[in-house]
Amino acid sequence: MKKLINNPEVVVEEMMQGIVLAYPQYVRKLDCGNVLVRKDAPCVDKVALVSGGGSGHEPAHGGYVGKGMLDAAVAGAVFTSPTPDQVYEAIKAVAGDKGVLLIIKNYTGDVMNFEMAKEMAEMEGIRVESVVVNDDVAVENSTWTTGRRGIAGTVFVHKIAGAAAEAGEDLDKVKEVAEKVIANVRSMGMALTPCIVPAAGKPNFTLGENEMEIGMGIHGEPGTHREELKPADDITTHLMSKILEDMNLSHGDEVAVMVNGLGATPLMELFIVNRKVHELLNESGVKVYKTFVGEFMTSMEMAGCSVSLLKLDDELKALLDAPSDTPGFKVL
Amino acid sequence: MSLKVRDVAALIEKIGDVIEENKEFLTELDAAIGDGDHGLNMNKGFKVVKDKMNSTNIKDIGELFKLVGLTLIATVGGASGPLYGTAFMKGGMAVAGKTEVDMNDFIKIMDEAIKGIKMRGKAEAGDKTMIDALEPAFNALKEGVLKELPAVDILKNAREAALNGVNYTKEIAARKGRASYLGERSIGHQDAGATSSFLMIDAIYEFVKDNTKC
Repeated sequence: MKKLINNPEVVVEEMMQGIVLAYPQYVRKLDCGNVLVRKDAPCVDKVALVSGGGSGHEPAHGGYVGKGMLDAAVAGAVFTSPTPDQVYEAIKAVAGDKGVLLIIKNYTGDVMNFEMAKEMAEMEGIRVESVVVNDDVAVENSTWTTGRRGIAGTVFVHKIAGAAAEAGEDLDKVKEVAEKVIANVRSMGMALTPCIVPAAGKPNFTLGENEMEIGMGIHGEPGTHREELKPADDITTHLMSKILEDMNLSHGDEVAVMVNGLGATPLMELFIVNRKVHELLNESGVKVYKTFVGEFMTSMEMAGCSVSLLKLDDELKALLDAPSDTPGFKVL
Repeated sequence: MSLKVRDVAALIEKIGDVIEENKEFLTELDAAIGDGDHGLNMNKGFKVVKDKMNSTNIKDIGELFKLVGLTLIATVGGASGPLYGTAFMKGGMAVAGKTEVDMNDFIKIMDEAIKGIKMRGKAEAGDKTMIDALEPAFNALKEGVLKELPAVDILKNAREAALNGVNYTKEIAARKGRASYLGERSIGHQDAGATSSFLMIDAIYEFVKDNTKC
């Protein structure tokens, strides 16, 4: 393992210290755990948004704490859901008069831990609602399984629900908007190389020199299949076809595009993918309203990318355009 | 078989030791079809459990289970933290206030623990989860008590049943947890959660066998 760390056991703590030192104008850390909250928390007159999950996806989720997005982000161990007591502390620290919305990515552990925290907060009389993001079309959705995973599309939920909360909407409305984003966002990823969980010390899977995994999850969960590496245009076409199959877009519809790097893929390659995404959308008469290219939901040093499309209407467009000022996502 | 508070604490410590010995094995099983953190996280949790048991004055076995449950919930994370944590907390409620437990109490603990796991994880037998090891073990316990077998034999049968359950998880596709994303591709791999549940039952058997005087 070749990593720029001191000790695998304290990577999350040391990272949190570094984040707070880098962005004191945005965030502070709670004393009782790995929770980042808005510097001005609690904002009593708005719905508070709390998200989080395992670490290793930076800038998610701590990078999205700030005006117009999250009020708190809870960081678990690398690729491991945070525990209920940590989420509970986050809820208590940011809850104002209008209640709290939890934004959870659809993983068994995340859902269980956040739900337990929700129960704890409700016993304290705090009103808490939750939404579960499941944008990854690589995984089949069925009542017999855990269902689709939550990946980079989650950032759109943070942005748009965050804007609704900042505008003073009530908890029911903010939740409704979050669910509308979840219903309209689809993503799919692929990986060229694995990543190493520091505590494990070795990659959790291997890929041959000329192999790639299509549909790879952001924790190295296997995808739909493995195949020989192909040109970027072919890969993008495949990802887009799976996404579009699941989306019901028609001529004249408008979308937001997110091309997300998994950690070790240069922007050059992400822009090459983005070029093809636009070309394909253009061919099918779908208009691109806004594009985001960069690292939004990473998987440590994994190479690869994910593509997310969000179908927009006037309400979602206005909320996407509303200002957000956070370390990891700025709309000014 | 009759275990006092300090025996149960020693037994839980043994479970922690077995988890530590197997942490890499459990992590490898998890990496194959999940996210590869099961052994590491369980080991982290049971280490804190050990420290807390040593530094807390515990009066009864219900309280001890509650301490273990809360500690696992707060330290393990992932899905196994809430699941095993809930199991210990619910199991402990079945023996609240007791300073000594026998095989009948153990059956009550297991019954409540399994109900707790099913409630929290929304899982049933055959979903390729820890339930597939725990439920057969529980059935073997009940059967052994009905037949009035010696405690060591009952636990030996429960251990065998749990191991068969682990082997059964190789044959089925996962319907819960991260492995369920793989569907049919999860067949052929044994479930990490079922395996850690087996290791716990195995540790209980070994402990009682080595302390047959109790």
